[in-house]
Amino acid sequence: MNRISITILCLLVIMVTSCGKDEVIVPLMAEEGEELSGGTTSSSNFSAEAFGFASPDLTFDERVTFGVGNSLFNQSWVTAPASTTARDGLGPFFNARNCSGCHFKDGRGRPPEYDGEFSSGLLLRLGLLQTTENGENIGDPIYGTQFQDNSILSVDKEGTIIITYTPLIESYADGTEISLQVPEYSFTGLSYGGLSAATRISPRVANQMIGLGLLDAIPEATLLSYADPNDADGDGISGKTNMVYDVETGTRVIGRFGWKANQPNIKQQVAAAFSGDLGITSSLFPNENCPDPLDCDDYPNGGTPEIPDDNLENVTFYAASLSVPERRDVDDQNVLEGKELFVSIDCAKCHIPKLETGAYEIEALAHQTIRPYTDMLLHDMGDGLADGLPDFDANGNEWRTPPLWGIGLIETVNGHTNLLHDGRARNIEEAILWHGGEALASKEKFKKLSIEERNKIIQFLNTL
Amino acid sequence: MKRVILAVGFIGLTLIGCSSDDDSTSEVVIDDSIESSAVIENYADLVLANYQAAMVDAEALKVAIDLFVATPTEDNFNAAKEAWLTSRESYGPSEAFRFANGPIDTGDTEEIEGYLNSWPLDEAYIDYVEGDVDAGIINNLADFPTLTKEGLTGENGIGGEENVAIGYHAIEFLLWGQDLTAPSENLAGQRTYTDFVDGGTAANQDRRRAYLAIVADLLTDHLQIIIDEWSGDYRTTFLALDEDEALDNMISSIAELSRSELAIERMAVALQNQDQEDEHSCFSDNTDRDIRLNLAGIVNVYTGVYGSVNGNSLQDLIEEADADLAAELDALLATAVTDVDATLDPFDLAIVDGESSVEGAKVQTAVQALVAFGDKLLEAKVALDID
Repeated sequence: MNRISITILCLLVIMVTSCGKDEVIVPLMAEEGEELSGGTTSSSNFSAEAFGFASPDLTFDERVTFGVGNSLFNQSWVTAPASTTARDGLGPFFNARNCSGCHFKDGRGRPPEYDGEFSSGLLLRLGLLQTTENGENIGDPIYGTQFQDNSILSVDKEGTIIITYTPLIESYADGTEISLQVPEYSFTGLSYGGLSAATRISPRVANQMIGLGLLDAIPEATLLSYADPNDADGDGISGKTNMVYDVETGTRVIGRFGWKANQPNIKQQVAAAFSGDLGITSSLFPNENCPDPLDCDDYPNGGTPEIPDDNLENVTFYAASLSVPERRDVDDQNVLEGKELFVSIDCAKCHIPKLETGAYEIEALAHQTIRPYTDMLLHDMGDGLADGLPDFDANGNEWRTPPLWGIGLIETVNGHTNLLHDGRARNIEEAILWHGGEALASKEKFKKLSIEERNKIIQFLNTL
Repeated sequence: MKRVILAVGFIGLTLIGCSSDDDSTSEVVIDDSIESSAVIENYADLVLANYQAAMVDAEALKVAIDLFVATPTEDNFNAAKEAWLTSRESYGPSEAFRFANGPIDTGDTEEIEGYLNSWPLDEAYIDYVEGDVDAGIINNLADFPTLTKEGLTGENGIGGEENVAIGYHAIEFLLWGQDLTAPSENLAGQRTYTDFVDGGTAANQDRRRAYLAIVADLLTDHLQIIIDEWSGDYRTTFLALDEDEALDNMISSIAELSRSELAIERMAVALQNQDQEDEHSCFSDNTDRDIRLNLAGIVNVYTGVYGSVNGNSLQDLIEEADADLAAELDALLATAVTDVDATLDPFDLAIVDGESSVEGAKVQTAVQALVAFGDKLLEAKVALDID
């Protein structure tokens, strides 16, 4: 059938050229394979499970490992000691009882809808403007580097996070006004004393889990090729790598994961989340997080470490091999025009549409042409989004360009459309309007577009 | 390939304005033959018939549970458990319609699958567990002063995928309780009916009765939503889909169930972890049936047969396109059925000693057979030119 179609196409082209050029409308065409965001590892299920499928070409053994990791990702950890010894050791302080609490269906979290809503997928990092000799942030003197808003029954929880929003009006060139919301964070019911006046707060939303192995498989040389830390080309856009501490090797390497690219690899990202978010110790992070006056050794733990290395590897493999859904409607003319507009206002200078992966330990993810729409680099995003808390080489204004793949399916999977590191943007339009710093010029161009043009860009983004 | 066809469409349009030579439009209609549409329509009939059968059994379950709730005797309790087991017999095969971009887990009704069949289930989210007599929504009068359909539906999945409040497995847990016995004892959960009798065992028996009645009621509500879709709006949508897309959905979904959801998630993971908490129906020890019924659903879709529905099938279509591939698929599917049937009942006893044990090896063999069929079935997309 493929051959037949092509033959007909050729015939038609010949006929068209013979009959009056003026009347030929040349439609925009998608690139070959453009719908394959994750290359041949993409999945084509667009249900609420869309972020939860294994990359299709894993080996049999890899698929079993994926399944075991999936089970660990979803299961609730319980207070030690418990009869389910493989799952105990929660806390004593934690933000969620399981990975899927914040990454629901491997998707994206959002800010709480009411004060004290548990495990919605937003947490607060805490830090002073001081670092350890490894370059890691030193946390609040009492509450450490992360505020945990829940605890096991025998311990008072640290407190409750309060978020208040105030409106901020943005106006388009055509006069349309959009009301953004500016978040402010405070605490109530602090059990162990006030936070230090010097402590800075960095909110972070749980990100969707798709395609992490593909991002890990992008060669360093590719990332460096996009880096322009001193803006040598004078286009107003820098892009720099974050050199972060690798706990296993004890060296500083390029960071790739997290909102500030502050984790060097998926395993360390997973282990850090087990430690900070669930209170589960591992060989990488063997110490429990305890507020200053408490000694966590006073509470029962679930073994040393609480998650053994083999299971940490299983979850790491799972996180690395979740498939990226294919795009929908890549041939739609509005979508194609939206893509052209996206490129024309320089969005694609940081949200790089197409990259190649290199050699990789998961064979199925190696040497793929992927369309993540990111350069994985840090950029100054302006004062509006700044958290004022440096993270290794990232200053208080800098964030990593987040991949845009999957953005149009977040609503399907997670039932919301909140975006940005703290979920303040309630939809794609608001997220665009929050772009500042190096992205300010692009935002200003966006604001000068007509509503039809703006909608085409958003329509395009929703197909990613 | 879809792009090429679209481009043909566009050029076709421009042609109409500038040439009388429009023979080309009739040539474009060259397609996979009429049989594709018959296969697709037969599938739509089959899906509806299966959900209707599930509804009949879910209604019977509701009747049995309402009777038990009104008169909580041991006999009525056992009758409710029997009705639950029966209800699984018709629901189980319908899982072959998941992953098909259909109404059970996609679009406006995408949450229904989770409402019906979420697992694994964190028992302590619903009711007391060993070591915590106050656990669960049933015993939490402060946060849940009244139990309602809307309230419990809203709690499903809040704060984690295992926070299952409703559906078949919530009912299962309420009827059987935690399975705390060793697999070797070959016993399901041992909840006693007196958990539902005022002044009986455990606390809040009245709330436990109310909870059970609500979740049984919700089961039929949610099945009805899917039946309405497959007899109305979605049936129309599905039959109007590009034929390649419809066939792709049908093939991809049973391949996914065979090679991933059933083989890996439901069997291989449990075998690897040797943990009965990883089995599908862990309270009732009915997992052996779940596995066989899921596979029966795959066979139904592949052969186009369910009850009185019996028409053109994927099997027919593949045979027409590539007889060798069809023969291979038939053999692999037959092997999968044989290997799955050979696994031990109950499933927790089959997995408890791991892959190297006699029974564990049978599970592993069945896993590999299901993966082999699912992998091979994906090749049919190429044969049918819908890749």
